[in-house]
Amino acid sequence: MKYIDEFRDGPTARALGAAIARAAQSERSYRIMEFCGGHTHAISRYGIADLLPANLRLIHGPGCPVCVLPIGRVDSAIELALQHGVILCAYGDCLRVPASAQMSLQKAKARGADVRMVHSAADALKTALDNPQRQVVFFAIGFETTTPPTAVVIEQASRLALQNFTVFCNHVLTPPAIAHLLAASAPGAALPAVELDAFIGPAHVSTVIGSQAYEPFVARYRKPVVIAGFEPLDVMQAILMLVQQLNAGRAEVENQYTRAVTRSGNLKAQRIVAEVFELRSRFEWRGLGELPASALRIRERYAAFDAEQRFGLLYRPVADNRACECGAILRGLKQPRDCKVFGTACTPENPLGSCMVSSEGACAAHYSYGRYRDFAAQESA
Amino acid sequence: MSTVRKAYVRPLDLKNGRVDMTHGSGGRAMAQLIDELFATSFDNEWLRQGNDGALLPTAPGRLVMATDAHVVSPLFFPGGDIGCLAVHGTINDVAMLGATPLYLAASFILEEGFPLADLARIVASMASAARDAGVPVVTGDTKVVERGHGDGVFITTTGVGSVADGVRVSGDRARPGDAILVSGTLGDHGVAIMSLRENLGFATVVESDTAALHGLVAALLAVEPDLHVLRDPTRGGLATTLNEIARQSGVGMLIEEARLPLREAVSAACELLGLDPLYVANEGKLICICAAASADAVLAAMRAHPLGRDAARIGTVIDDAQHFVQMETAFGGRRIVDWLNGEQLPRIC
Repeated sequence: MKYIDEFRDGPTARALGAAIARAAQSERSYRIMEFCGGHTHAISRYGIADLLPANLRLIHGPGCPVCVLPIGRVDSAIELALQHGVILCAYGDCLRVPASAQMSLQKAKARGADVRMVHSAADALKTALDNPQRQVVFFAIGFETTTPPTAVVIEQASRLALQNFTVFCNHVLTPPAIAHLLAASAPGAALPAVELDAFIGPAHVSTVIGSQAYEPFVARYRKPVVIAGFEPLDVMQAILMLVQQLNAGRAEVENQYTRAVTRSGNLKAQRIVAEVFELRSRFEWRGLGELPASALRIRERYAAFDAEQRFGLLYRPVADNRACECGAILRGLKQPRDCKVFGTACTPENPLGSCMVSSEGACAAHYSYGRYRDFAAQESA
Repeated sequence: MSTVRKAYVRPLDLKNGRVDMTHGSGGRAMAQLIDELFATSFDNEWLRQGNDGALLPTAPGRLVMATDAHVVSPLFFPGGDIGCLAVHGTINDVAMLGATPLYLAASFILEEGFPLADLARIVASMASAARDAGVPVVTGDTKVVERGHGDGVFITTTGVGSVADGVRVSGDRARPGDAILVSGTLGDHGVAIMSLRENLGFATVVESDTAALHGLVAALLAVEPDLHVLRDPTRGGLATTLNEIARQSGVGMLIEEARLPLREAVSAACELLGLDPLYVANEGKLICICAAASADAVLAAMRAHPLGRDAARIGTVIDDAQHFVQMETAFGGRRIVDWLNGEQLPRIC
């Protein structure tokens, strides 16, 4: 495939791997977090870790929108579908997210809920237009990448004065989450975390928010960020750039993904998001807890399209399974194999914790692509 | 010429008619549907016996029996329809034991209101697939369910075949060192179906690969009667099928991504939809596992057959207590190719 194969070329990967190995100083270690689930997936799917030196560790971050969705919000979506009898439109990867009492949207569907998988916010709006006699709710989740399309359909529904369309908004923000992880890994933080040396910055999110969104915390915490595309060679080049920054003692925002990301981002998208949404004072992230100013809600002037208001949803937080180590894994303190329930009670078919939910989660990626390493390590020990 | 009209029966309206409850009630309407559509289309000496079952001559060798229910949506797709799919699917299940398929049985569950014109198209496609394969449909059944209780038509086919002495193909016979071959490009059927799903709306040139594979199997057995494993990677694709065999045989597998045959259009569609072609269904491909020593001859025989032109040797069976299927990525790393988790696409066959 043209424009794809060039970014997955084996010989180039080996050459980059060798360049990283040459650049990495043997007397120190490099702890690099890829924030985004898209990067976690690429790293696991292409086996990138096999091409990196032993003193360079990749730590999988919480940037998987399905994984950080708290149980209580999924419970609310199920309540909408089962008790309020709406047509609930959701992205496909939301359907299996575990909720309270062993429920999920998929299981609610089997019990008669009208849950429909959509590929875009526009599909959800179309469902409302096609079913004027039914209430249709779009279960909106995701980072800055999926937020603009949600804003667009709210704005369109408002112009059409639709009476049967609302959005259950769960959009979250990337920079506050990275800042939280940096604060947590800083000396003297309330919660223990592994010290991080650098970040691989998100690809698609950055096309919207631009590279300048990372500048404040890079300056504050002195940790380099390199924004990278989702192709495996993008990731490897970004790793090389981060190693070079760390070696030189620099802490800057650099942009490897120049073919898509600019410093200011997509201004049109930013404008419509600002028009429709405002900051929530706090929002619960599964695995990380409540983070201040880390999510969006629908502005008062679009309240008619806010499912939380129309259906009077009350948020009830639900704690994760106590055996689950997702919090520690997301902070880099533990690895999936350190969790007692990994691969036993918690599997991709029956996930207990957030990291096992989507293929972009750290545990699911390790389970699906890398768990043979745990057995190989055991046998050679 | 007689002036008396044949039995005073008004013929089935195959153009504008629709299935109604009487077509499954056991009465005259059902008899008419069977006579005018099913018996006429599938016509053969066993069906002509007119009994509820078919009385068949004994066949030499051991018997193989397989059954497969087909619920694909949409019913018509690029490269085929539920009718030919129902014939190919069961023939292939029989053939994957190294058998020669001999007879098919077909049962139809029709939804009230289903257009008879569509049913006639499906039955014609089935009949032509059965004729081309040389495997007659010798008995069948029809039921009608109320509107809203089915999805147009569901077809279950059952096949019987016989295995020659000396052939011992089975999913538990993969041994470390064996070669893993695949008969052609992966994921064509799943992508063809996907291209029609209402909310995807992209046009593609990929056609389903639906095909009866018993001819190909016979060509392979002719060069190597001791093939170890044959299996068609349908739902769940290559990845799931290799995992099934690995578990059944108690072995591991190592495949090479760079050797997997893939159509450009399939790769592109999967890329766009975030699917992995290793998990996308095939309906006209087989995986063959044989001793490494005969791999070259078997691969040559595959490539010489019209259904195996793009065949490739993709990997090796290895010793692994965990029964993992591992893959050397084209990128240079290594990873597991795991069982399909959940469903990639509903109702593809």
